[in-house]
Amino acid sequence: MSWLTTYVRPKIRNLLGKREVPDNLWVQCDACKQMIFVKDLEKNLKVCPHCSHHMRADAAERLAWTFDDGQYTRIELPKAPHDPLGFRDRKRYPDRLKEARAATGHDDALMVAHGTIGGEPAVVAVLAFEFLSGTMGAAVGEGLVAAARLAVLQKAALVVFTASGGARMQEGMISLMQMPRSVIARQMLREAKLPYIVVLTNPTTGGVTASFAMLGDVQIAEPNALIGFAGQRVIQQTVRETLPEGFQRSEYLLDHGMLDMVVARRELPGRLGTLIALLGHGAAKVAA
Amino acid sequence: MTRQFLDFEKPVAELEQRIDSLRETMAAPPAVSGEAAPAIDVAAEIAQLEDKVDRQLRATYAKLTPAQKVQVARHAQRPHALDYIARLITDFVPLAGDRAFAEDQAVVGGIGRFEGQPVVVIGTERGFDTESRIRHNFGMAKPEGYRKARRLIELAGRFGLPILTLVDTSGAFPGIEAEARGQAEAIAASIDACLTAPVPLIATVIGEGGSGGAIALAAADRILMLEHAIYSVISPEGCAAILWRDAAQAPVAAEALKLTAADLQRLHLIDTVIGEPIGGAHREPNAVIDAVGRAIASALPDLLALRPEALLAQRREKFLAMGRLG
Ligand SMILES: [Zn+2]
Repeated sequence: MSWLTTYVRPKIRNLLGKREVPDNLWVQCDACKQMIFVKDLEKNLKVCPHCSHHMRADAAERLAWTFDDGQYTRIELPKAPHDPLGFRDRKRYPDRLKEARAATGHDDALMVAHGTIGGEPAVVAVLAFEFLSGTMGAAVGEGLVAAARLAVLQKAALVVFTASGGARMQEGMISLMQMPRSVIARQMLREAKLPYIVVLTNPTTGGVTASFAMLGDVQIAEPNALIGFAGQRVIQQTVRETLPEGFQRSEYLLDHGMLDMVVARRELPGRLGTLIALLGHGAAKVAA
Repeated sequence: MTRQFLDFEKPVAELEQRIDSLRETMAAPPAVSGEAAPAIDVAAEIAQLEDKVDRQLRATYAKLTPAQKVQVARHAQRPHALDYIARLITDFVPLAGDRAFAEDQAVVGGIGRFEGQPVVVIGTERGFDTESRIRHNFGMAKPEGYRKARRLIELAGRFGLPILTLVDTSGAFPGIEAEARGQAEAIAASIDACLTAPVPLIATVIGEGGSGGAIALAAADRILMLEHAIYSVISPEGCAAILWRDAAQAPVAAEALKLTAADLQRLHLIDTVIGEPIGGAHREPNAVIDAVGRAIASALPDLLALRPEALLAQRREKFLAMGRLG
C-alpha cells in the first residue's frame, strides 16, 4: 500500500482532478487529511487508500460487502412500541425518529438480511450508526431476536456488525432491558449450536458493548475502532488521569485479550466465510 | 448518628431541631435565676411538634418528584446491601474473589439462609463511612466484581440455591483499568449468567439501580423495587449533559426518564413496589429491611415450585416481552 500511496495515487488524483471530476466528489480523510477521489474510496470499501483509515460505513454497505456477490435478502423486522415514555428533551422523540427515518430510509437502527458468506448460509444483523447513532431501543432488541430466530430456523450462522453510541436514552429503562433481551438472542444461537460472530466497528460503546456485542463465539474488530463500555470523558472525569495511547481501540482490546482478531475490512468476508465453515461443520457433526 | 436532611426536608429539619432543644431543656436541671417551664407543658409541645413532623413528612413523601426520589435513593443513611444481609440472612458465609484477578468489594456476596432456606446473596455495596466507601469503591463494581457475581450465580446453579440480589449502585466503575480488563464483557457475561441460572432469582433495587451495572445483577425472575428507589438507563445528570447539553437540567431528565418505581411498574418493567416508612427508608432501616424480607418471602415459593426448565422459559419470556409491541 505504501508505495502506491506515495507514488501512484497522487498522479491519478491529479489527472482525474483536472479533467472531469467536480470538487465535491473528493473527500478528505479524517485521519491523514489527504484528499481521496470518492470512486476510489468506494472501491476501497471506504478505507483510505493513503493511510488505511477505516471510515464509517452505513448498514446497506455492510450488507453488500459481506454477502457473496453482494447478494442478500433483507427481512422485515417486527415493529416496536413508538415513543413508550412520551420522551421529550430539546426535541420530541417521535420527531427525532421521523427525521432519522426520512434521512436514512430505515425504520430503526438495525438491518437484518440473509444470504451466503463464502458459500455458507448466514444471517447478518447490522447496527446502522446513521440512525440515531445506532442506539439500542426496543426495535433493535426485537430485531436482534428476530435475526437469531431466523438463523436458528435456517440453521445458519449469525454475524452481527456493531456500531453504536449505546442505549437509546429516549426509551429509558425499556432501552436498558434490551441488554438482557439481546443476550437472549445470543443464547438462541448457542442452544442451536450455531456460530455467533461479532464484528465490532467504530464506535461501539455503552450498553451495546456490555451485552450482545461482547458475547461472540468469535470476536472480531475492524482496525482502530473505538470499543468500550464507559465514555472517555466520563473516565477522565472519574480517574483524573491521562488516558493511555490507543485506549479503547481495537488493538488495545486485542492486547488485553478482549478480541480474537483485528481484521481489515477487505479481508472480512473471507475470514467470516472460513470461520463459519469451520464452526458450522462442527455444529453439523454434533447434531448428527 | 446525626440525621442527615435533604434540601426539601428543611421544614422537617427545623421542627426536629426544636424538638431536640426542648428535650435538652427537659433533661437539664432548672436554671437558678429563671423559671423552668413545667415538664408537662414541654412534653405536650414535643408531642405536638412530633405530630407536625409526621404530617410534614407524610405530605412531602407522598408527592416526591422524580428528582427528589433520586436524592432519597442516594441518601447516605439509606440501608445498604450489607444491612439487609445482616438482618435477613442467617448463617451468612461471605465468599470472595473472581478467581481471575481480584476481590472487588463493590460486590458483596455469599451463602446463607433466608427464612431457613439456603440461598446465595449478591449485592452492590456503597459503604457507610469514608473508609468503607473507599474499600467498596462507592458501590461501583469493576470487571472482577461482575465476574465474582457470575461465579456466585453459577455456584448457586450447581447447588440448586435460589439467588437474591440487592442492587444499589450508581453504575459500573468508569476507569482505565476497568476498561482494560473488559468491563463490557464482564457485565454481558453476568447478564448471561443471570438468564441461564437454573434456580429462582429475585432482584431487589434497594437504592439506585444504575444502568448496565445494575442490570448485570437484575436479569431476574422477579424484580422488586423500593418505593423511593430509582432505576435508570443513565443517571439524570448524564442524560441531561448529553440530551440537554446542560447537567443542570438533571431534574427535567429525571422526570423524562421514568426512573421511579411507580413509573417502572406502569411500564411492566418491574414486578413489585415495596412501600417505605414515612420519610423514607433511612428513617426506619429495620422496618424497610423487614418489608423487603416479606416481599422476597412471598415471591419465592412460586418460583421454588417450578422445575428449572419452566423457570428458565418463564424468565426468558419475561424479558422477551419487555419492549415488544402489544
Ligand atoms: Zn487517510
